[in-house]
Amino acid sequence: MAMSGGVDSSVAAARMVDAGHEVVGVHLALSRNKTYGDGRQRGCCTLDDARDARRVADKLGIPFYVWDMAEEFAEAVIDDFVEEYRLGHTPNPCLRCNESIKFTAVLDRALAMDFDAVATGHYAQIVQGSAGPELHRAVDPEKDQSYVLGVLQPRQLSHSIFPLGADTKDVIRAEAEARGLLVAQKPDSHDICFIPDGDTAAYLRRQLGSLPGDIVDAESGEVLAQHDGTYAFTIGQRRGLQISRPAANGAPRYVVDVEIGTRRVTVGPPELLDVYALEGIKPIWTTSPLGDTPIELLAQVRAHGVPVPARAHELDERVMVELLVPIRGIALGQAVVLYDGTRVVGSATIASTTRAA
Amino acid sequence: MSDRSYLDHAATTAMLPAARAAWIAASEHLGNPSSLHAAGRFARKVVEESRESIAADLKTRPSAVIFTAGGTEADNLAVKGLYWHRQQTLGAKEPLRVLASAIEHHAVMDPVAWLGDHEGAMIEWLGVDREARVNTTAIGELLSNNSDVALCTVMWANNEVGTIEPIERIAELCKEHEVPFHTDAVQALGQVPMNLGALGADAVTVSSHKVGGPFGVGALIVNPATGFTPVLHGGGQERDVRSGTLDAPAIAAFAVAIKHAVEHQVEHAQHLRELRNKLVQGVLATVPGVVLNGDPDLLDGGRLPANAHFSFPGCEGDSLLMLLDAAGVDCSTGSACTAGIPEASHVLLAMGVDERTSRASLRFSFGYPSTSADVDRVIAALPGAIERASRAVSSRSA
Repeated sequence: MAMSGGVDSSVAAARMVDAGHEVVGVHLALSRNKTYGDGRQRGCCTLDDARDARRVADKLGIPFYVWDMAEEFAEAVIDDFVEEYRLGHTPNPCLRCNESIKFTAVLDRALAMDFDAVATGHYAQIVQGSAGPELHRAVDPEKDQSYVLGVLQPRQLSHSIFPLGADTKDVIRAEAEARGLLVAQKPDSHDICFIPDGDTAAYLRRQLGSLPGDIVDAESGEVLAQHDGTYAFTIGQRRGLQISRPAANGAPRYVVDVEIGTRRVTVGPPELLDVYALEGIKPIWTTSPLGDTPIELLAQVRAHGVPVPARAHELDERVMVELLVPIRGIALGQAVVLYDGTRVVGSATIASTTRAA
Repeated sequence: MSDRSYLDHAATTAMLPAARAAWIAASEHLGNPSSLHAAGRFARKVVEESRESIAADLKTRPSAVIFTAGGTEADNLAVKGLYWHRQQTLGAKEPLRVLASAIEHHAVMDPVAWLGDHEGAMIEWLGVDREARVNTTAIGELLSNNSDVALCTVMWANNEVGTIEPIERIAELCKEHEVPFHTDAVQALGQVPMNLGALGADAVTVSSHKVGGPFGVGALIVNPATGFTPVLHGGGQERDVRSGTLDAPAIAAFAVAIKHAVEHQVEHAQHLRELRNKLVQGVLATVPGVVLNGDPDLLDGGRLPANAHFSFPGCEGDSLLMLLDAAGVDCSTGSACTAGIPEASHVLLAMGVDERTSRASLRFSFGYPSTSADVDRVIAALPGAIERASRAVSSRSA
């Protein structure tokens, strides 16, 4: 049972114990710099969080250990995150962490040690289908985390347990309260855990240094401002552009393009952001491959994005997705997760987009 | 046979019934040992009788015993107290040197490193050989230029691999060169004969809970002629070197535990050695490729009789620990640390063990409650645990 020290994994652990499983709590130490929290941070990786997890394990009467995965995490998640931004992409580190750490490094180690499964406090559901375990959305649309689990393959799913997926967060919080778990009132963690102050741009500036360039208007070609690193910009971004001059028609401008070579950030009206089709690489199928015949599914490109109808098929290890309703503002490096109703079909990393209808 | 085997007595051991009885008896009396009235005098009497008892058992004078709140505090007082005092008496503007073995417990190593980082001390980390033993010739050479050496500190016996250090010789060398000598004897107490009067060290750290007394009390046994600058300032209860209200009940129990440790040292060591040797022989016979770390001589005086320390190449120590824990065996990957995250041991690295092997290591340490059945349980549980732990490693490196 992966225990972060937060509300969700604590209740999940309690439920695992109630269900009669022989449960061992494992807290993952993911940070190379072990620090104590200041009591306000929303992260999940301080020594205080480890202590919270330990206290929950004590209360449940289960053994508890800390597994040091800091090196694996730095390589598979943090280095990848920084490199993707350097390339002008917008990665999702939670997805990478699930793919490489929680359901690979941790799961493999647990299985090797003769455990049967890894349970986590993710909001998602596993349903036994005719072709094997299926990954489905959680019932709580606000908390559903199936998107960041879209990287799981059949073997991983068959050894995963998500005890919370059939309930809403309110129910879980109330249950934590009723069970007397001290973490019941802990705030949710939203931010990237290795950037506890939430300032991703400043973090990337520290990692990548200053790489100044122009901010250019898409329509006039005019240079509107300077920036000190393309990594601070994501396609679709509206805030923080530092442009003093408004557009001719007074309409808000958005980042519509980020070019790494020229370090040029292009801004323009939102219509330029509409994506009608995309191509994904490195597909991962949760149950079985998609196949090369286009089928109608739902596509979601952000953790809390709205799924839209789409038509998708495989082509030479790639996934071609036609969006039947355009999505505004998709950055390369984001994951597209395909759903059949509530079932996760699979995911891929977005490598190119088509913006003309 | 109980359903678990506790083989981590080097971390802490069971409280002796006699120590617990003394503790409870003393706690029934009201009084601060520093108070002047009858209640205070009674508490003071408990403390002073305990001090005399400890001094007699360790063959030193009562005035040598400075009670502290444990081994870590005593080590800090020795290291920083000696350094600062030496600096004061030498009137030294220049930073002084500290000689410290590279295999000290964190309670010594970290104050030494702190002096280096914050007070400009120059630290000479004394290397060790493959058995974790320091080289007295090298120490003699470092001491021969003694003008700027503030202190030398070498533990009596190592807490991880159990190697007993040549502290008599080091004490001699330090005396010869008039350099204050401190030794952390926390692990050695009760397992080896101890005559502090004959040793002539300037400071010796002992701790209560490692010998069957309560937690939170220890002592620095000092040469009363050696100066120490206090680390804790306050009422100056202990010779103006250490402040804080004395914990009379804990001190009374500590004295009982030390008396027991000293009076029963020979047969206790014999009991521990028999169990330890049975474990070592069993493990060497059962586990292919296993390595016994530390002094390989299991019969004479080079190794703490309670200690067995192995590397299991191809496994990770923390996986093994977890699997043995599930099989009812409490053991350790080394010395316990705050976050519960095992790191490669500085002791093994100093011995020349590579990082991977050092992470593949476990310590088993026996105590007075240990039995032959504990050894049997380990030997029965190890093969399965090793098999699974090595699968876990290959899954990680795959």
